[in-house]
Amino acid sequence: MSNTIIQGIVAIFDRDNIDTDQIIPTEYLKSIKKFGFGDYLFDGWRYLDQGQLGMTLDDREVNKDFILNQKPYDEAKILLTRNNFGCGSSREHAVWALRDFGFQAVIASSFGDIFYNNCFKNSVLPLKLTKQEINSLFMLANDNPLSFEIDLKGKELKVNSDLIIPFKVDINLVNRIIHNLDDVDITLQDKALIKDFEINYKVSRPWIFIENNKR
Amino acid sequence: MAKTLYDKLWNEHLVQKYDSNESLIYIDRHYLHEVTSPQAFEGLRYKNLSPWRLDANVATPDHNVPTIRGESFKVELIDDEVSKIQVVELDKNCNEFGIQQFDITSKEQGIVHVMGPELGYTLPGMTIVCGDSHTSTHGAFGCLAMGIGTSEVEHVLATQCLKITKLKNMQVCFEGELKPGVTSKDIALHLIKTIGTAGGTGHAIEFSGSYINSASMESRMTICNMAIEAGAKVGLIAVDGVTIDYVRDHSNLSEDIFNQAEIFWKSLHSDDRATFNKTLTIDVSSIKPQVTWGTSPEMTINFDDQIPRISDVEEDQQENLKLAKSYMGLEGADRLQDLTFDRIFIGSCTNSRIEDLRLAANAVKGKHVSKDIIEAIVVPGSGMVKAQAEEEGLDKIFQDAGFFWRDPGCSMCLGMNPDQLKPYERCASTSNRNFEGRQGNLGRTHLMSPLMAALTAVNGKISDPS
Ligand code: SF4
Repeated sequence: MSNTIIQGIVAIFDRDNIDTDQIIPTEYLKSIKKFGFGDYLFDGWRYLDQGQLGMTLDDREVNKDFILNQKPYDEAKILLTRNNFGCGSSREHAVWALRDFGFQAVIASSFGDIFYNNCFKNSVLPLKLTKQEINSLFMLANDNPLSFEIDLKGKELKVNSDLIIPFKVDINLVNRIIHNLDDVDITLQDKALIKDFEINYKVSRPWIFIENNKR
Repeated sequence: MAKTLYDKLWNEHLVQKYDSNESLIYIDRHYLHEVTSPQAFEGLRYKNLSPWRLDANVATPDHNVPTIRGESFKVELIDDEVSKIQVVELDKNCNEFGIQQFDITSKEQGIVHVMGPELGYTLPGMTIVCGDSHTSTHGAFGCLAMGIGTSEVEHVLATQCLKITKLKNMQVCFEGELKPGVTSKDIALHLIKTIGTAGGTGHAIEFSGSYINSASMESRMTICNMAIEAGAKVGLIAVDGVTIDYVRDHSNLSEDIFNQAEIFWKSLHSDDRATFNKTLTIDVSSIKPQVTWGTSPEMTINFDDQIPRISDVEEDQQENLKLAKSYMGLEGADRLQDLTFDRIFIGSCTNSRIEDLRLAANAVKGKHVSKDIIEAIVVPGSGMVKAQAEEEGLDKIFQDAGFFWRDPGCSMCLGMNPDQLKPYERCASTSNRNFEGRQGNLGRTHLMSPLMAALTAVNGKISDPS
């Protein structure tokens, strides 16, 4: 399966420092599954009541003022925000929630480091643009709902098919998204390298390998 | 070429550099807890893999555990069914895969970042990871320690390596001596206020300077713990005599091995002429006690300053400010001292070590929790901290003052266990995140030092700790 174009409606969040607790509150981290977080995305803003794991959209009191509860943004594929998106905790559940809702890309001027890494493991593109570029996109978004097309191979963002913004991103990371690759499988191809490293390392730093369970 | 500490640790653990910006880095220690590991174990099962090196892994439940447990607690007694499933799942996974766990009944159990160092699992120079962003804490031991996501937890279990891109180097020098009433927590909050919560993004921050040299391991851990709130997933401090003494007391390496290791550990500092991508020097002698007013750790002020007004900030910051003020219910409050508090939380991986508890106990000795406070709790970070505090009689001091003395866990740092804020309750908290809803739906968190939290408990208000 390959996936080189991301296209769709853009939901806008005019806010800095949206942390992972906002993206998905702690309550839902109690799940031991890797899917099924879409209904809990931005839970604190999206609903007026307090939710619990297992509740669905139908059980909830929806906040009609919140962008993702309005058409056409309820089908948004791309999220446009400001600075430092995904700061805070390491919870991959934040990316799982974005993905399960239907988001395939998040555009911001910077990201929390751990969140940024987590995105590529789950086929969500974190796209960094400059503050000026973000500003100009926000200006456009004020008038009408926007639709973007992101070309992962060509590394270009097309806005309503007239404005084109080129972007930079590590090709190896993007290839994970395009080809839906699993890092564990890739790294295990280098098993012998890790074994070799370990043999030498055991000799030079023996204390690392001492079991420390008898106090 | 002169190297930074981060560069040295990176090179030491480099297995392979790929054509891309990524490298394969060997991981020495992997801490696990119940929240971010179930899906990783599931991944191993699915791929029919077992952990690469069992003795690298140490697990404990901390996020979900109730903190009123007593002597004969069992996992079956967790009321919240969903929380219970996670703790049971950790038991199951550790048993199935043979991973050492300090389970909920163990006397060593605690917040993983408090428990690890004191049981000697954190040793200088290690690469340490955990599915938890506050893994940066262990950088206080000259370790390359960082939080990872669940896919990476699975990757480390399966391959003993992490595939990552090298960070840039940043140096923050804390020079001078603290004023009375000022603690390592205040230093950390002051830094975050200064550089912002994205100030360290993409960087490993090495903390140095005369203040760090004179600081205890507990204080150093508090500072490295908060590095992530400044955006840096790695915080680091060079190894010195203070580190070595702590490790001698807490590890159980044989004398031979210890002596051999010590020679290497002493090399774990940045070279004199090493260059950093960013450097910053902060004179700590002018820092006042810090308290957060808003919903991001950078929304910090001196405890006696005016809370920022809309007109004080640039236009592009006004929306952030407005949203934070309204969430925190600050209408009509000019200063933090104008606010009344409902709950007090002394705990979390930032401030639940013995030094923190001593400081707080000392401040409440012979006094009593204010009538305005609904509940004030002290949650030691681990079984070892709890036992030590009880030996010193700190539990009595707290209880006599009207505090509740609890069992170890993350507790009210995040709303995952029974310790939570109710909507609109205002909490003086020694934890690390004041995000919306962090301590409970619609709860309001003010971050501060254990000393300031203790005083807020007895005075019902923010007050001058000097
Ligand atoms: S105490 Fe808080 S910050 Fe620390 S590990 Fe637990 S939940 Fe995370």
